[in-house]
Amino acid sequence: MGLAGFLIRRLLEAIPTLFGLLVLIFLIARVIPGDPVRLALGPEATQEQIEAFRRELGLDHPLWLQFVTYLQDLSRGEFGISLRTHRSVSEDLRELVPATLELVGSALLLSVAFGLPAGILSAVYRNSWIDASVRLAAVSGVALPRFWVGILLQIFLAYRLGLFPIIGRSDPGISLPQLTGFRAVDALLVGNMPAFLDAVWHLALPAFTLALPTIAQVARLVRASMIEVLGQQYILVHKAYGLPPRRIIYRFALRNALTSTLTLIGLSFGALIENAFLVEVVFSWPGISAYGAQAVLAKDFNAVVAVTLVIGLAFLVANLVVDLLYGLLDPRVRYD
Amino acid sequence: MTKETPASTSRARFVRRFLQNPLSLVGAMIVGGVIVLALFAPWIAPYPEDAGASVHFDRALQPPNSAHWFGTDEVGRDIFTRVLFAARPALVFVVVVLALALGIGVPTGLVAGYRPDSILGRVILRVTDIFLAVPPLALALAFTVALQPNLLTAMVAVSFAWWPWYTRLVYGEVLRIRKEPFVEAAVALGQKDSLIMLRHILPNVVSPVLVKATLDVSFIILLGSSLSFLGIGAQEPTPDWGAMVARGRLYLPEAWWLTTMPGMAIFVTVIGFNLLGDALRDALDVRQ
Repeated sequence: MGLAGFLIRRLLEAIPTLFGLLVLIFLIARVIPGDPVRLALGPEATQEQIEAFRRELGLDHPLWLQFVTYLQDLSRGEFGISLRTHRSVSEDLRELVPATLELVGSALLLSVAFGLPAGILSAVYRNSWIDASVRLAAVSGVALPRFWVGILLQIFLAYRLGLFPIIGRSDPGISLPQLTGFRAVDALLVGNMPAFLDAVWHLALPAFTLALPTIAQVARLVRASMIEVLGQQYILVHKAYGLPPRRIIYRFALRNALTSTLTLIGLSFGALIENAFLVEVVFSWPGISAYGAQAVLAKDFNAVVAVTLVIGLAFLVANLVVDLLYGLLDPRVRYD
Repeated sequence: MTKETPASTSRARFVRRFLQNPLSLVGAMIVGGVIVLALFAPWIAPYPEDAGASVHFDRALQPPNSAHWFGTDEVGRDIFTRVLFAARPALVFVVVVLALALGIGVPTGLVAGYRPDSILGRVILRVTDIFLAVPPLALALAFTVALQPNLLTAMVAVSFAWWPWYTRLVYGEVLRIRKEPFVEAAVALGQKDSLIMLRHILPNVVSPVLVKATLDVSFIILLGSSLSFLGIGAQEPTPDWGAMVARGRLYLPEAWWLTTMPGMAIFVTVIGFNLLGDALRDALDVRQ
């Protein structure tokens, strides 16, 4: 079976899972005890207003009919109305998804950009002070609560030293056309250099906070897999032939380390998405995770279902991409 | 020559390997310390009344000093005391979540692995697929929408998101063990399925499950503190690390100790469990 067949089969397999997720979250979100509508309208709302809003949301129908209606809406790409923002949830999401993807994407880049060199250095200069400090940092890195790291960076780098903005995604004075929704990319596309710098400057602390534990894991994994390869017989043979060490490291050891790094990156995607909940809240980043966290507290059920589904979908796509890349890096992998 | 049973040699090897690694001792000391501090918090803490809703505005927002090692919070409560007391909900959280997740995960994994083609087995695997399609924190958050935010809610939500990982682990192990001659012999002797699962298969999945559980402790602590940071979890005046960090944010940047101290407690505890978990895995020699 070829690549296309593999892709189609994987997507077909994912349908029942996503549908099950939809049913599960839908049921949980619609059996909320207490009245989310009353909560949303506030204490001043009259009984008529509450009833009217309930009818508008279709909550006066039996549960099965609500589900059918929900599926119909979903087929048109609609997630219903948000109880909190009183707007269409899909409209809200369209604005927020790029912000989260930008954050998670930057964190992935940072994880590789810092983790890979740290791991290589640690393996090449094994048992030196570099190795010791990388390993120490790696052990601490995975143990740090991300919301706390974010706050510490805010206190010291943003408040005290004023090096970075404290919260937010951009300076209010800078306007950009919405092209891709990624501010840094949009700024480059229209050639607006100040806007690009502003976007990167705002992105730096949240992205680093989100990436930190992943950087630590990548460094640890690259170190372990390079050390394993450097101990193999064929590396000794190459050494005996007088191949320069630099070449051995990059040509053989690194290549092997890359495949395992890729798997880890794929696995970390879930961790990054879920920790985005914390980082977005700390840095007031206007993404879907902060939106989801507020929706949970406000019992905004349509928004909760939508955010969970979108995250499930993103998770699925990420796993698929990793499987595909895996085949590119490791020719032994066959799609069947 | 002394006679050694296989069990005693493997135990000796376990102890030797465990002790060889200095980091395992550091981990064990931290974990032991946290447990002792949590158990004896009312006697160790300098201001035990501050674990509740007491108010002393005369000493509000003091930076760390000799009377208040970690400073005081916005209503004058001693943060050191509250950090000590908050170790209790954190440890209870871990124990309850693990008990629930293992309680659901191990039996379902046993059944699914022993009878993977049965209807029940297939249903179990399908359901785990659904739960594993979303990262645990996101799933736990979604669950809490139907419940009142408190510590119990957070525990139930995290357990709900966590059990499928144990189902999957046990399922994989059982699939492998099921083909072993001793299981086939038991089947050939006509022993009851429940007996085979409990007496012959279960003991063989104990050590991988144990290692995963130890390594999971730190994730669970982080998840629990994340939920309470987000406002789902222990509520005021119960001392809780995540909730303390969240409230402390309101007093930034001046009162940095409000957020720094409880966060440090999470960090140290998690490192301790991580080191202990790694050491246990290496000593038991279970491949991840």
